[in-house]
Amino acid sequence: MNLTLNIWRQANATAQGAMHTYQLGDVSEDMSFLEMLDVLNEQLLAADEDPIAFDHDCREGICGSCDLMINGQAHGPEVTTTCQLHMRSFKDGDNITIEPWRADAFPVIKDLMVDRSAFDRIIQSGGFISANTGSAPEANAAPIQRDKALRAFNMATCIGCGACVAACPNGSASLFMGAKITQLGLLPQGQPERDSRVIGMVGQHDAEGFGGCTNIGECTAACPKEIPLDVISQLNKDLRTAIKNGH
Amino acid sequence: MASTLDPSGTVATNTAATQTSDDAHGYYTPGEPLVDTNAPTGPIADRWTNRKMDNRLVNPSNRRKLDVIIVGTGLAGGAAAATLGEAGYNVKSFCYQDSPRRAHSIAAQGGINAAKNYKEDGDSTYRLFYDTVKGGDYRSRESNVYRLAEVSANIIDQCVAQGVPFAREYGGLLDNRSFGGVQVSRTFYARGQTGQQLLIGAYQALERQVAAGTVTTYTRHEMLELVMVDGKARGIIARDMVTGAIETHLADVVVLASGGYGNVFYLSTNAMGCNVTATWRAHRKGAYMANPCYTQIHPTCIPVSGDHQSKLTLMSEGLRNDGRIWVPKKKEDCDKDPRDIPEEDRDYYLERIYPSFGNLVPRDIASRQAKNMCDEGRGVGPVVGDFRRGVYLDFADAIKRLGKDGIEEKYDNLLDMYERITGENPYEVPMRIYPAVHYVMGGLWVDYNLESNLEGLFVTGEANFSDHGANRLGASALMQGLADGYFVLPNTIREYLADGPFEKVSEDHPAVVEARTSVEARIDKLMSIKGNRSADSYHKELGLIMWEYCGMERSEDGLRKAIDMIRELKADFWTNLKVLGTADSLNQSLEKAGRVADFIELGELMCIDALNRRESCGGHFRAESQTDEGEALRHDDEFAYVAAWEFGGEGGQPVLHKEDLIYTAIEMKQRSYK
Amino acid sequence: MKGSRGTRSTVALKILMALSGLAFIGFVLGHMYGNLKAFSGQAAFNEYAEHLRELGEPMLPHSGLLWILRVGLIVALVVHVVTALMLTRRAHAARTQKYAVKKNVASSISSRTMRWGGVTILVFLAWHLLNFTIGKINPATGDTGDAAGDPYSLLVDTFDLWWMTIIYLVAMVALGLHLHHGTWSSIQTLGFTSTAASRARAKAAGWIIAVVVAGGFSLVPLSVLLGIIEK
Ligand SMILES: Cc1cc2nc3c(=O)[nH]c(=O)nc-3n(C[C@H](O)[C@H](O)[C@H](O)COP(=O)(O)OP(=O)(O)OC[C@H]3O[C@@H](n4cnc5c(N)ncnc54)[C@H](O)[C@@H]3O)c2cc1C
Ligand code: HEM
Ligand code: HEM
Ligand code: SF4
Ligand code: F3S
Ligand code: FES
Repeated sequence: MNLTLNIWRQANATAQGAMHTYQLGDVSEDMSFLEMLDVLNEQLLAADEDPIAFDHDCREGICGSCDLMINGQAHGPEVTTTCQLHMRSFKDGDNITIEPWRADAFPVIKDLMVDRSAFDRIIQSGGFISANTGSAPEANAAPIQRDKALRAFNMATCIGCGACVAACPNGSASLFMGAKITQLGLLPQGQPERDSRVIGMVGQHDAEGFGGCTNIGECTAACPKEIPLDVISQLNKDLRTAIKNGH
Repeated sequence: MASTLDPSGTVATNTAATQTSDDAHGYYTPGEPLVDTNAPTGPIADRWTNRKMDNRLVNPSNRRKLDVIIVGTGLAGGAAAATLGEAGYNVKSFCYQDSPRRAHSIAAQGGINAAKNYKEDGDSTYRLFYDTVKGGDYRSRESNVYRLAEVSANIIDQCVAQGVPFAREYGGLLDNRSFGGVQVSRTFYARGQTGQQLLIGAYQALERQVAAGTVTTYTRHEMLELVMVDGKARGIIARDMVTGAIETHLADVVVLASGGYGNVFYLSTNAMGCNVTATWRAHRKGAYMANPCYTQIHPTCIPVSGDHQSKLTLMSEGLRNDGRIWVPKKKEDCDKDPRDIPEEDRDYYLERIYPSFGNLVPRDIASRQAKNMCDEGRGVGPVVGDFRRGVYLDFADAIKRLGKDGIEEKYDNLLDMYERITGENPYEVPMRIYPAVHYVMGGLWVDYNLESNLEGLFVTGEANFSDHGANRLGASALMQGLADGYFVLPNTIREYLADGPFEKVSEDHPAVVEARTSVEARIDKLMSIKGNRSADSYHKELGLIMWEYCGMERSEDGLRKAIDMIRELKADFWTNLKVLGTADSLNQSLEKAGRVADFIELGELMCIDALNRRESCGGHFRAESQTDEGEALRHDDEFAYVAAWEFGGEGGQPVLHKEDLIYTAIEMKQRSYK
Repeated sequence: MKGSRGTRSTVALKILMALSGLAFIGFVLGHMYGNLKAFSGQAAFNEYAEHLRELGEPMLPHSGLLWILRVGLIVALVVHVVTALMLTRRAHAARTQKYAVKKNVASSISSRTMRWGGVTILVFLAWHLLNFTIGKINPATGDTGDAAGDPYSLLVDTFDLWWMTIIYLVAMVALGLHLHHGTWSSIQTLGFTSTAASRARAKAAGWIIAVVVAGGFSLVPLSVLLGIIEK
């Protein structure tokens, strides 16, 4: 198929960016979206034009590196990651607009690449269980109800891609935070740090410049791992409890 | 199974090998034999305990003054950084991704082994040890493997304490499954995302240390050179991939946990960024590369769909429990709708050739036979290159037996993923699979303490060669990564650091300056060739050579041909490469070019190693070494050794050092799956 | 972040917003119920208005409880508007570079119009108070102050004008939208929706409150306009 691609080009963090239009022919529907961009990049290179920078690594939908806004939807029209989106979701003659995640907490580095280190700093602020190596009790000493364990697992599948932020009209990272808070809060191991975790993470979230959540729900629709809105409710509840407990 | 053959650990069950063949003659220089001077002695079950006791301690007040560089944030590097940070060392952690959480370990699906014996099905440390050595076709060190089995149980405890959500039974206890053809259920798993969950656990522990100030992370940094000062590893030269700045990072000790190099084949199940640069640079500085040709090829991957293909996706091996593998008997049927091919025209070749194991034969056999079928012209799916590369994995019988719901429940997201990638519904049309490179057992040579032959350079995880011999059992790479990271390295590195803090090295030390300028010169070179081929096109070409001649089946002629082709490719690369943009900004083409340059050199060494090893063992089949029935034939008398290659200088020949493999706790046996 | 305070976070602001919003919901429900007394005729309605002022007597002075209620509402209004402003400012700052193309996939119109809807309600409220309480402006007669007569007459006079009815009806649409999202949103903000089922219930509550309140309020003006209620 033949495509018209409108792609955001920006030389570096401080440069002024703009949309550029490219024509790409002979796209096979078996290609993944990123493979389509690979082909475009080879063409650009051959024409002495700087290839388009974009983040990607596993190309299996699990590392969370890939992050493209495709026709106004984070990761494109399917519930999946950009790398797992295939060209059969598009048709001949389509016009595709590709932009980076837009959030001031995710500054653009180059072209379609953004800096998501804010997520790491949110995790640093409490998204863990303090368990020093070697001090762990026998794993089966504390059984965990299977449904709780399953639910914790579902929340733990977040890949930290940032699509929730990209899709949210407020640029909020509540879904990302809520997933971690809910996962750890469901486990007995997670209880001692429960209050400090939510206070720390929300504090960092705000300090990074993400917006507040007004429960709009675009985040969960864009999430490739289908993290549900429950987690934001849980986040709110944990914060309320923490305030009540004097934090 | 508690038996250790010689409880005192001194009576050997085999004699050292003497190689009589010399296929690689003319390609290498024979070197001195290699001995692991840190190898433990005594009863095998006590070796690790004793070593932990014997290793000296580092005074807590000194730890802060000791700088540790760790390259890699996968299970091996991430766990080590967290643990050493906790202990109070000053850790600098590097990765090329934008976050430590994205290291390639995240992609592991199946599970992690541990000898917990929760199922009371007769598992034990010894059995896990035994299975791992046997699975590795008796090409690994017994002390290392025993230690791995021993610490495996602690790994599960540690991960559960961190909140890793492993699968559980209704009673709330941890669930296990059996994996990779072993007879006990010892694999812990978190649906099909075990690697992700384990890595996130390690990542969170690491970030906790960042907050505590003991670990500093350098993301989007690529190590491009090792700094050796007075015979000791004292730092690295890294490129900040965002600004292009070349940075010098000095330390008291350097740990490489940079993962595997399966991407030398271009198409593999590895992440796109996986590379050999960190270890190859160390190799060029003197670190030995051990058993580089040992590669594992996984039979159940989604086949290539065209020339645009950038990577291959693994489908869990578990699918072979229920799916039946076949190809059409007649070539003419290959482009037919498989549903129209009647039963009598189908060749269930694994069930035919291996009636007792059938579709569950080990990975290497399943892979090789699939390639044989396609080479014969009976492959299915699209024609790629000049033939069809795929075989059917058919769930029709299983759907009849378990119902569609049964299959859905068991493999749900896998089949969905397949449909997304191929556009075919596996409930209706048989799936197509093909083997793909998946894991490398080879890596930098290390001693029992995980220290390479270069003083102060430690290597962990897939980057080292240590624990899997010629083949790796399913679910044991994660085990090794975390064993190394949480438990082994933190204990063995003490012995080295107890001599510290070492004299500070200054950035203007001639050796440091030399390392730095060599990196700058190399980047200048890559930028200034200004030819007309992209780095990617070289990578693709290298991959095709490696797959064809150094893949599942290797022959003397093929390997010689491959070496010639790789040498030509290398010459062409350095005259015809095209990299646009500048070196002092984010430049993905430049990153790629540097990696491909190293892959090309590695590829040549892999072929030489494969040429030298005139035996079929583990995942590696040498055409010249087979039984009358065409099965793999090992030569313990010639090759029961670790091949550790020393860099022979630019244009020089590599030097081969052999480390004998001597067993006391296990007896070598030929495997048979007929 | 070390030393961060939960009470200063965006989530805490949201909790304040939800609590003040819920207070409003309580008020509008009661107010709407009161308005429906208009169907019982002039006497009943005026008696009800007077009764409001007598509530709590003799413990409280005349109009005492009403004033407590008014102060509560004013506080809630200030809190609601101030937090709305703060959150809106943050949200704008969180994305200064807009997308060239952006699709909304899952969000409701109501959730995306909360801010403008709120402003509409605020403007309406200002007029409404001038109209019925503070100014007692009777747009039909042009009278202001007590000359406008009893509450019932003022009400009927007002809605006899078609354009006044339209203004009120538009405001009710805004209110209905605001409540449709606001009700569910406040329940989520307070953390009571951590399962899919409870979320569905909260969303249903949003629909019910929106329809009941906006619909209930609209009955009176419509009825006046259609002549069902007259002086
Ligand atoms: C698809 C797939 C499925 C698998 N499933 C299983 C399974 O079920 N069970 C199992 O046991 N094993 C499995 N494996 C194997 C296992 O995942 C890996 O062997 C293991 O995770 C490797 O871990 P590691 O820590 O050594 O390296 P990695 O996780 O690969 O980490 C490498 C790190 O090094 C960094 N790095 C590399 N080069 C540089 C450089 N030059 N400069 C700076 N940083 C650098 C990277 O950024 C990264 O952080 C699977 C592998 C694949 C590909
Ligand atoms: C006076 C003018 C008003 C303004 C400027 C205003 C503005 C807002 C804004 C911006 C929000 C946040 C959007 C969101 O949470 O999705 C909000 C939420 C809300 N508003 Fe209002 N509003 C006003 C009046 C009202 C009134 C009169 C009511 C009730 C009758 C009300 C009830 C609510 C509720 C229940 C919420 C939800 C709170 C939450 O999400 O936690 N608001 N309002
Ligand atoms: C069609 C709809 C409405 C009608 C007919 C109506 C009618 C009235 C009347 C008659 C009064 C005067 C009562 C008295 O003085 O005793 C009043 C007061 C008031 N109304 Fe409404 N109203 C409507 C909608 C609303 C809405 C939607 C709100 C809020 C968002 C609101 C807020 C108020 C307030 C705050 C007062 C003043 C109460 C006081 O302190 O005395 N009204 N309304
Ligand atoms: S919650 Fe979903 S969208 Fe957000 S970072 Fe995690 S996986 Fe991505
Ligand atoms: S879209 Fe945004 S407003 Fe909240 S519910 Fe999701 S974070
Ligand atoms: S590249 Fe890893 S999730 Fe897309």
